Amino acid sequence: MSGEKRMNRRSFLRGSLGAAGGMAAVAAALTPLKDLDLSEMTVENFLQKHYKEMTPEEIDQVIERVSKEVEERFDVRPELKDVKPMDGVEFTYLLNLGRCIGCRKCVHACVAENNQSRSPEIQYIRVLEMPRGSVNLEHSNHYYGDKKVPKKDHFYMPVQCHQCDNPPCVKVCPVEATWKEKDGIVVIDYDWCIGCRYCEAACPYWARRFNFAEPEIPKKDLNPKMGYLSNRPRHKGVMEKCHFCLHRTREGKLPACLEVCPVGARKFGNINDPNSDVVQILKTKRIFILKQEVGTKPRFFYYFDEDYGFGD
Amino acid sequence: MKDYLHFLRRCIRISFVGDWRYYAWMFFLSVIALFGLNAYAQQLVHGLQTTGMTDQVSWGLYIANFTYLVGMAAAAVMLVIPVYIYKNKDLHDLVIFGELFAVASIIMCLLFVTVDLGRPDRFLHLLMRFNWPISMLTWDVLVLNGYLLLNLHICGYLIYCAYRKTRPGKWFYIPFVFIAIVWAISIHTVTAFLYSGLGSRPLWNSAVLAPRFLASAFSAGPAFIVLALQVIRRFTSYQVPDGALQLLRKIITVALAINMFLLGSEMFTEFYTQAEHSASAQYLFFGLGGKHALVPWIWTAIGMNSVALLLLFFPITKSLKWFNLSCFLMIVGIWIEKGMGLIVPAFIPSPLGEKVEYLPTTNETLVSLGIWAFGLLVFTILVRITIPVLSGRLTIDSVDPAEPLSALSPKP
Repeated sequence: MSGEKRMNRRSFLRGSLGAAGGMAAVAAALTPLKDLDLSEMTVENFLQKHYKEMTPEEIDQVIERVSKEVEERFDVRPELKDVKPMDGVEFTYLLNLGRCIGCRKCVHACVAENNQSRSPEIQYIRVLEMPRGSVNLEHSNHYYGDKKVPKKDHFYMPVQCHQCDNPPCVKVCPVEATWKEKDGIVVIDYDWCIGCRYCEAACPYWARRFNFAEPEIPKKDLNPKMGYLSNRPRHKGVMEKCHFCLHRTREGKLPACLEVCPVGARKFGNINDPNSDVVQILKTKRIFILKQEVGTKPRFFYYFDEDYGFGD
Repeated sequence: MKDYLHFLRRCIRISFVGDWRYYAWMFFLSVIALFGLNAYAQQLVHGLQTTGMTDQVSWGLYIANFTYLVGMAAAAVMLVIPVYIYKNKDLHDLVIFGELFAVASIIMCLLFVTVDLGRPDRFLHLLMRFNWPISMLTWDVLVLNGYLLLNLHICGYLIYCAYRKTRPGKWFYIPFVFIAIVWAISIHTVTAFLYSGLGSRPLWNSAVLAPRFLASAFSAGPAFIVLALQVIRRFTSYQVPDGALQLLRKIITVALAINMFLLGSEMFTEFYTQAEHSASAQYLFFGLGGKHALVPWIWTAIGMNSVALLLLFFPITKSLKWFNLSCFLMIVGIWIEKGMGLIVPAFIPSPLGEKVEYLPTTNETLVSLGIWAFGLLVFTILVRITIPVLSGRLTIDSVDPAEPLSALSPKP
């Protein structure tokens, strides 16, 4: 055998050994993937279109598929609907700062209504406890105990998605996974979001939440009345946020946080209806817009009653 | 076409050939890259809870590295301009290494963005509903990929011409070189706009951010290239004239001085006004409400950059030893300033005034190190191929088996 051939064979052997070793190392590095949950990674899911591009039939198919998924996961057949906005209705939310006592009942009602993850905990409403005298978020306490409220000389400010008319979150989304509906509600297509969290950085109200882990909800706690763009269960890796309970409000009901409020601090209604509570309050009370200077034009306003407010 | 495939095959083959130092270096990088891959596999299974990020600090180490590396990629232009506009001779044969480093940097950038996604499997959604021109992130996707293609074309074309021993056709690359100059500035400008366009984050919402990004990139980027060129000179027979390094020294000095000036302007505006808006800056530089995790970092960065700049002002850095120290200091200093010192503090306090700090987890750090290792691996291979081609040892008519080893033999 000539020297050159021997060299070739040796280098070939060495090369193959190297390649095999390299491939084995890559395979070893990828072993954690054996625990990857692939149940959601079906061809159907992969090919699903953007919400706005789907025909009514396609939406029906997707609803059927999602319902099945929920049933498998939670052993409950959900009433999942794609509730559309009503004509001529634009929602507005008002919160009476003089009344709120900081009991956080709204926070928990929201979690129950909207199937938020219990572990890790996700909440759409954050209630800030602040000393009277100014509205300084820097001095707010997010983690006060809510058993003995209201605390003397303090007031409470619940913050949730302001459904801005100039929403920075919608602007920045690279894939149009979030948009504003004609009734003013900013929604998210959970099946389109890529999880870049740019919207979370853009929101001045810290209203958006990301699913850092697969959300966990005990089966018995699942709310089976679901909207496609609202409270159907989410998966890890996507954004979610308050949607004014659109599966309720678009059918004439009130948001869960409002219904549960023991002091009537929350008002909700159609701003195009001159006889609605919200229009009356906007016309007659002292209104406060949180961070008006960022120019996002919220649909969520704070107000003060004549008898309450900072001075009393 | 057949020639081209043959060329590619020889390139792949040569990237597996070298002396023991080459193997050791490549083995080292591969091991780290594999650890990173393993950590990323963990992240895919368990979600981004494997990172230190939270709803309060929703971007961390990944986006910090991404931002830094966009700058490193843009820095190639600091070699291109002297050569193609001012016809500098010393840098002429070195410009390609800047461009190759840009290629490696952009690859790292794209990887850092990908690992930051909650649903990387849906990245195709970018092609289907692209929120352009409204979302700055879509601009970034366009300019980064465009810059990658431009540099791949320029480097690939020049190397292939050298391989075929033909003169490169001016029209095939000069126009692209000039487009790439503007493009390089655009990638870092767009990346700055991504942050400065957010009214919700006062620390970023500043017009000086884009100029600051460019100045810091044009110091740290060439500084890295200076070190890389000396490694090339040390371990291969490729000629790197001292004049080239001295020219880069001048460029780096000016860029770093501008960067420090802009940082100072930013600090003045934040602290003289003392408005509520400067809470993040307060947190970063002095701590806020008993939280001060980033304070030692930012002062270390400012210290390193100041020492680097002071050294550059004195003729002492005409000696490479001191110049290298200065380069090293600013590479690290600017990494801190632009990464942990800019991305993270904008989230603290949160828009609702909550002060939640951020600390990267081990898993997240491994993923990041893995991407860096992979990027350096790519850069090493690109350099490994380029040197024998440009020095005429790997050409269309060179004999195969003998050439590879000698190409990497150290200088006598």
